Order: sequence, then C-alpha cells, then structure tokens
Amino acid sequence: MQDEPTPIELTKSVADFLRNDIAPLISGHQAFKLRVAINILDLVTRQLTREEGSDAAEVARLRALLGMDGSVTDLNRALAQRIAKGEVDLATPGLAEHLWATTMDKLAVDQPNYASYKRELGRGG
Amino acid sequence: MIEAELSRSVRRWCKGATGVTGAAKLSGGASQETWRFDITHPDGEIGAILRRSPKGYGAAPTRAAGLAAEAQLMQLAFEAGVPSPRVMHVLVPEDDLGTGFIMQRVEGETIARKILRDDQYKAARPHLARQIGGILAGLHRLPKNRLPELRSRGATQEISEFERDYRSLNWPKPVFELALRWLRDHDPGPSTETTLVHGDFRNGNLIIGADGVRAVLDWELAHLGDPMEDLGWVCVNSWRFGEIDRPVGGFGTREELFAGYEAAGRKVDPERVKFWEVMGTLRWGIMCGGMMQRFREGPDHSMERAMIGRRASETEIDLLRLLAPRGS
Repeated sequence: MQDEPTPIELTKSVADFLRNDIAPLISGHQAFKLRVAINILDLVTRQLTREEGSDAAEVARLRALLGMDGSVTDLNRALAQRIAKGEVDLATPGLAEHLWATTMDKLAVDQPNYASYKRELGRGG
Repeated sequence: MIEAELSRSVRRWCKGATGVTGAAKLSGGASQETWRFDITHPDGEIGAILRRSPKGYGAAPTRAAGLAAEAQLMQLAFEAGVPSPRVMHVLVPEDDLGTGFIMQRVEGETIARKILRDDQYKAARPHLARQIGGILAGLHRLPKNRLPELRSRGATQEISEFERDYRSLNWPKPVFELALRWLRDHDPGPSTETTLVHGDFRNGNLIIGADGVRAVLDWELAHLGDPMEDLGWVCVNSWRFGEIDRPVGGFGTREELFAGYEAAGRKVDPERVKFWEVMGTLRWGIMCGGMMQRFREGPDHSMERAMIGRRASETEIDLLRLLAPRGS
C-alpha cells in the first residue's frame, strides 16, 4: 500500500494550482495549452475517482452477458468479437442496457459537459 | 523568409502588384500549410491565402484529392455560384514555393462556437440550414466532365475502409462493432447517381458572415460518390457544438436542409442521409482513435492530440442515440 495523499488528491492539487494561480498570468496560445493541460488533470482525477467502481460494474455485466470471466479488457474484446460475428446484437437481452451504462460511465470521465451526455443523464440514466 | 518568394511570385501574375506584406502561417502540419498575406497593389491591398505542400512534400495522403484538384474544384465552384474563394494562381516551379495555390481571402468566421453564440450572426443563423441545402445542391450539380480526376467511393467501399482503419487501431469497442454491423445491414448500395461529394462539408470548413455562408473551404476529401453523404456528414452531432436539437451544424433542422436542397431542384433520400450520418459519426470516432495512435507512436506528442483521442466516447454515445435510443 502506498502512502497518502492519494493520487486523486495529488492531481487535484496540481490542477487547482494551475487553474487558480497560473492561468491568470498566461495569455495567447500558451493559455490555450494550459487549459488543455488542466482539462487533462481534471479528466485523470475523475478517472481515478470513478474507474474502480465503474470497471467492477462493467465486468459484472459482461460476465452475465457473455457467460465467461476475464479482465475488463479481455471481456470487451470478447464482446466486440461476438458482435462482429453477429452472435450478439441489440435483440440480445441486456446488450443495449450494458452498452448504455458503460458509455455513460465513460462520458462521466471523458466529457461530462458533452450535450448528448447531459441530455441522457437527464433521462435518469 | 516566405515573403520574398511570395513577392516574386505575385509580381509575375498579379498585374500592378509590387510585393506582399504580413505573411503569417495559419495552420498546417509538415506536409500541408496555410498562410495568409496581403498583396500590395496600387488599387488597394488584396487579402490572399496560400495553400501549399512545401518543397519536398509532393505526394498527397491516399484519401486526399491533392492541392491541384482542390484548386480546380474551388474555381469550378466559384464559377458556378457556389460560395467559394476565387483561385488567383496555381503554383508553378518558378514560384519556388512548393506545390499548391493562392486564393483570394474571404473575410468571416469559421469558429463554430462563435457562429452559434455571437450576436453578430444572430440574423444569419435561422437561414443557414436552408442555405446549406442550396449550396450542397449547387455543389452536387457541378459538371462531371469538368472535374479533376478524383477517387470514387460508394457506401460499401467506405464501410470496408473504415472497418480496416478501425481494426488497425486494435482498439476493441463494442459500440463501434455494433455500428459497423448496422452499416453493413443498412448498406444502401450504389446510389442512383454519382456526383461530386465535398467529403468534409461541416462547421469549421465554412466561412460565415452576418449575411450567411460566404465560402466553402477544404476540398481535400472531395471524391465521386453518393451526394447524400454530404447531407449526412453535416448532420453529425460532433459538428453541432452543443446545439444537439439543431442537427445541421447546430443551425437548424434536417427539414430546412432538405427544403433548401429540393428548392434548388435536387432530390433528398432521407434514409440514405441517416445512413451517412451514422457512418459519419463512426468515421469521426475512428479518426479520434487515429489521433490517439499518432499521439502514441508519431512525432506529434501533443496534449491536444491526446485529448482528441479521449473524444471517441462522444461518438459512442451519439451512435447509441442513433441506433439504440432509450425511452423510445
């Protein structure tokens, strides 16, 4: 076990420093790049915060769908192959729900401000 | 310094021109650059744009039409009344500027967020979707016998090509697999007519002013194919910049786009447009994957490129909204 503070706390502290103390001092193209850098740190912080829970839920759904076990990467590869072969499709019970849940979890990390995501979140998903 | 070469060049083909000022690079990677500059002329300065492959970068990437073809298409479009910059000069070896062309600069805005939000464009916005329909109709009507040599791509070939691109990424994505299956199952086959297709007609490649669309840019993906491809691509959610209920670039409805297209005497096939919208959404998703790959392996190790890689998930939610909508 590693010592504290946690990676989440560390990345958040760097992002906050850049946002609050450095951003006001920078202009032009470097300001744009600084915003990208802050966005990256924010994304990483969200991923570190959420990934464990969302991966566990994703693996549980994939196991039920596929009837097999494996890492989240292996299971995704297997599902991709079965869809490609036509063995699994939108008529398969649980597939649409699984893809929706997985995609919503990804957007929560990647682009929580993306308009399609906000719309779907509003649907209670 | 590029200004010396540009000055020598304009003095040869632009009557009265004495030189150039203010050359500035606008964008471009190693193989293709865009520069702006002003031609000094007794009748007043002429704003100009240079698009070129610098010396040593002759060969275009496989999907690109090539700069010579681009110049020819823009000139044809200009003559046919499709909003397009006037091509002033196609580079020759004596210019010592590489290969490419010089066109007249069209003033206006290409940044979608500004066009969609700023007051300056408020009066134009409600008309843009219909206007775009008319422009696409004009573009699809350009005389085929005057077009440069272009690759020809129909739906079936495009699916195979994108599938190959996607598989080469080794990036298993169940939603992309689902979209590929859907595209194969809904492949409309060869279209009844083959026309010029712009190939990248969307927000960002249109110069817009308070009066509407002033120019269509970036013809590098032009090809021969199904005209409905352009109508589908302009509806891809990624070009709506948050205005998701206005499918046509965040400006307006499909109905307005179709009405503008049909008012100009051409027929819309909405099923085919939907097919190309799904295809376009997947296409942008795979392009995001390509950015990730180039970030990892290539010379452009930039943060921006890395973050575009993480935008593939946006296309996944958009594909699900198209193919497996909830609560319907």
